[in-house]
Amino acid sequence: MVVRTRVNGEWREADVWPGASLLTMLRDSLGLFGSKNACEQGECGSCSVWLDGKLVCSCLVLAPQAHEREVRTVESLGAAAMNPVQEAFIEAGAVQCGFCTPGFIVAVTDLLQRDPAPNEISVREALSGNLCRCTGYQKILDAVALAARRIREPST
Amino acid sequence: MSVRIGIRGGIGESVRRVDGEPKVKGDFEYASDLSREGMLWGATLRSPHPHARIRSIDIQAAVSSPGVLAVLLAGDVPGKKTHGLDEADQPVLAWDVVRYAGEPVALVAAEDLELAREALKKIVVDYEVLPAVTDMEAALSPDAPRLHGKANNIIRSLRILHGNPDAKADVWVEGIYETGMQDQAPLGPEAGLAVPAADGGVDLYVATQWLHVDQDQIAPCLDLPREKVRLHLGGVGGAFGAREDLSMHIHACLLALRTKRPVKIVYGRQESFYGHVHRHPMRIWMRHGANRDGKLVNVQAYLLSDGGAYTSTSGPVIGNATSFAAGPYEVPNARLEGTAVFTNNLPCGAMRGFGAVQATFAYEAQMDELARALEMDPLELRSRNALHTGTVMPTGQLVSGAAPVRELIDRVAVLPVPPDEPAPDRDPMLLPGGAGHVGHGESLKRGIGFAVGYKNIGYSEGFDDSSQAWVRLSRDRDGPLARVKTAAVDVGQGLDTIVTQIVRTELGVERVALEQPDTRIGSAGSSSASRQTMMTGGAVQLACRAVREELDRQGGLERLNRPIEASRTYHHRVTGKLDENGQGDPHVTFAFAAARAVVEVDTELGLVRVVQLAVAQDVGRALNPQSVYGQIEGGSAQGLGLALMEEIELTDGKVRNASFTDYLIPTILDMPPVVSELIEEPEPGVPFGAKGVGEFSTVVVPAAVAAALRQATGRAIHRIPVKPDDLAGLRPALAYRKPPGS
Ligand code: FES
Ligand code: FES
Repeated sequence: MVVRTRVNGEWREADVWPGASLLTMLRDSLGLFGSKNACEQGECGSCSVWLDGKLVCSCLVLAPQAHEREVRTVESLGAAAMNPVQEAFIEAGAVQCGFCTPGFIVAVTDLLQRDPAPNEISVREALSGNLCRCTGYQKILDAVALAARRIREPST
Repeated sequence: MSVRIGIRGGIGESVRRVDGEPKVKGDFEYASDLSREGMLWGATLRSPHPHARIRSIDIQAAVSSPGVLAVLLAGDVPGKKTHGLDEADQPVLAWDVVRYAGEPVALVAAEDLELAREALKKIVVDYEVLPAVTDMEAALSPDAPRLHGKANNIIRSLRILHGNPDAKADVWVEGIYETGMQDQAPLGPEAGLAVPAADGGVDLYVATQWLHVDQDQIAPCLDLPREKVRLHLGGVGGAFGAREDLSMHIHACLLALRTKRPVKIVYGRQESFYGHVHRHPMRIWMRHGANRDGKLVNVQAYLLSDGGAYTSTSGPVIGNATSFAAGPYEVPNARLEGTAVFTNNLPCGAMRGFGAVQATFAYEAQMDELARALEMDPLELRSRNALHTGTVMPTGQLVSGAAPVRELIDRVAVLPVPPDEPAPDRDPMLLPGGAGHVGHGESLKRGIGFAVGYKNIGYSEGFDDSSQAWVRLSRDRDGPLARVKTAAVDVGQGLDTIVTQIVRTELGVERVALEQPDTRIGSAGSSSASRQTMMTGGAVQLACRAVREELDRQGGLERLNRPIEASRTYHHRVTGKLDENGQGDPHVTFAFAAARAVVEVDTELGLVRVVQLAVAQDVGRALNPQSVYGQIEGGSAQGLGLALMEEIELTDGKVRNASFTDYLIPTILDMPPVVSELIEEPEPGVPFGAKGVGEFSTVVVPAAVAAALRQATGRAIHRIPVKPDDLAGLRPALAYRKPPGS
């Protein structure tokens, strides 16, 4: 079936199997490989995208559910210049293999849009659906704190 | 050599990762992101039985299934039918017998993944189920089914006899310890793309740890000369040992060569649990004897490891575990024995820590037990026995490099401990079990535990190990530029960044470009055993020095007009095999670490919160401090996982938890802050004096967490991962009995 979705501001059409996930559609039909496929079971957050502005695991959304809706992926961030979250992840050393990184970038960007000054416990809660196997999360927490500070005080 | 000044981004600086920007933007191309015009998808049919004879396989329905281009069985493998790292005993596709549940039996290539999976369901395999042996002790019994038709199921047995192994001691403690089967669980799945070439060969783009050892195994199975099987590195989403053995490599090549189209194979998470080797479960018997004054006199150990169905690296893993079984201590007398066996469980092989993790859990539990028996402070006991430069290990090997064991203990002990907040004042997320905590924190007990451990850097026991690097220095419009090529794999640990730092320091140029690793250059060896900074770092340094010499002859960077290039190979010092009494010079060098865990246990619910982990590590010299801390933190998380939650649960050889829903790895809620201290005592004879750093926190953290849980609960903890039942006293501890065959 043909699904029509606005992806990163542009209307796109994809001919997909009705059982395909939004993640599969993004990756294999639309060639957007930024969203990752670490579990395809809703457990790791590596496939995080926005569907009509709401953070979702794209592996748990059926492609047809995205018909006539708006999807934003990691590719929408930092195309011109990196956003403060992306900058902070590099600077704080929060990237190792990087497979979890796109999902974290989307999830942290989402969190800081909702709450520009989260305390550590709410950061941990907000990111508890994003697995990282490499970093032990400490530098990810550092990156979130750094990004939040930069967003609040852009000159620092 | 001329003076180099003012170059930023050299060694010793926390330089930003070279691949940071593409990774945060989602632009970095992992092996699972590869695609080609006309690409097919491959899928693998796996055995549901841990041990069975294949009577027949009917592929008719699959062949005519929609979108299917090829269905392959063992008979379609044109060359050698088996592969393996140390022993080629693993079938590319099983033909007569399957030896573990999950073993590949048939392959399909189809227009898309769904069609390939549909076709797999139509393959009919008639199995005659055979008796399976799924316990490592049972595998030793003379009546056990023998997996490979040999006299017994033993993969390797070794013993290390040191001093007088029958020496008497004043005080003895003994125990049996067990560790579970841990999954490396890299987030990037096994993935690769095989592209048939005009010359009848194949190009394989794949996520791996060692391109050349893959090539060596793939080519004979395809019946192609080595040079017609070209490997190229695909982006790697973590490895931790899981990518040392082949997974989809030969399968994708077979399908591509048969269909004459590019074929991609990507494992799903469930398949990934079957598709790579795991950390060996071990059962370890130990007896420690000491004098009244707390000096170790004699250590007796018997280590048994479950190698699963095929050899993989079970030999070196049990060799490592056994050679480290007495711990980083001065031990005058020892009898250390190790045996690895075949069972019908998933094959086991390399994982971060490579045998040292299991041994450390056991000997550190023993050290605490001994301290109790001697009524001595456990850190004092460790310090009193600490190994140091000049110590002779039980293998007879002299520790000649830096060995700051005492200093590590002292440093980790004084790191600040977080204050103990009363439960009612806390956010519920800070109770053991977090939001799932059903009480009010009435039965909370805090515990603090320590562990010290060590492991080798680089390949051991006489392995001829090397890495090649090529460096070319030229000038373009923007100034001097160094290009570097090696076959070494950055699995995420940050090697590529380290290489650029080394080049800047050695050549004094700012611009360094790395070429994509492939098999057109000589082997770099594996991104394993914490060896790449030493090996490939060493090769890059040598190549740079050769370029530098020529540059100096030409009058320095200012005069650089025609390109200068050099290629060099680095070898570490030669090591030796162990003799029949386990004596020799097996390891290149060592690194040491100490950990302290602060835990809080709800003793009624059996729930745990790790409050803090502290690690002091002997790093020689930190070439990129931020990335060293990152390795320590990430390694600590995997250690915490092994201590508290990570275990592949097998019932009669079948995996019960092959998903991230059921196999739990630490989340951001499980991980406490990790405080780390680096001890920089440059290692003689090693490039820049830098020791490898990847594995050592994983070696010590599980033992430290277990020690802290013992202190909090007063219970004997003999098995990791520790389950709530153990902490609430619902499962009895393992009682000592004699090791098999004694
Ligand atoms: S891939 Fe979607 S949550 Fe893991
Ligand atoms: S950086 Fe590798 S999974 Fe997070």
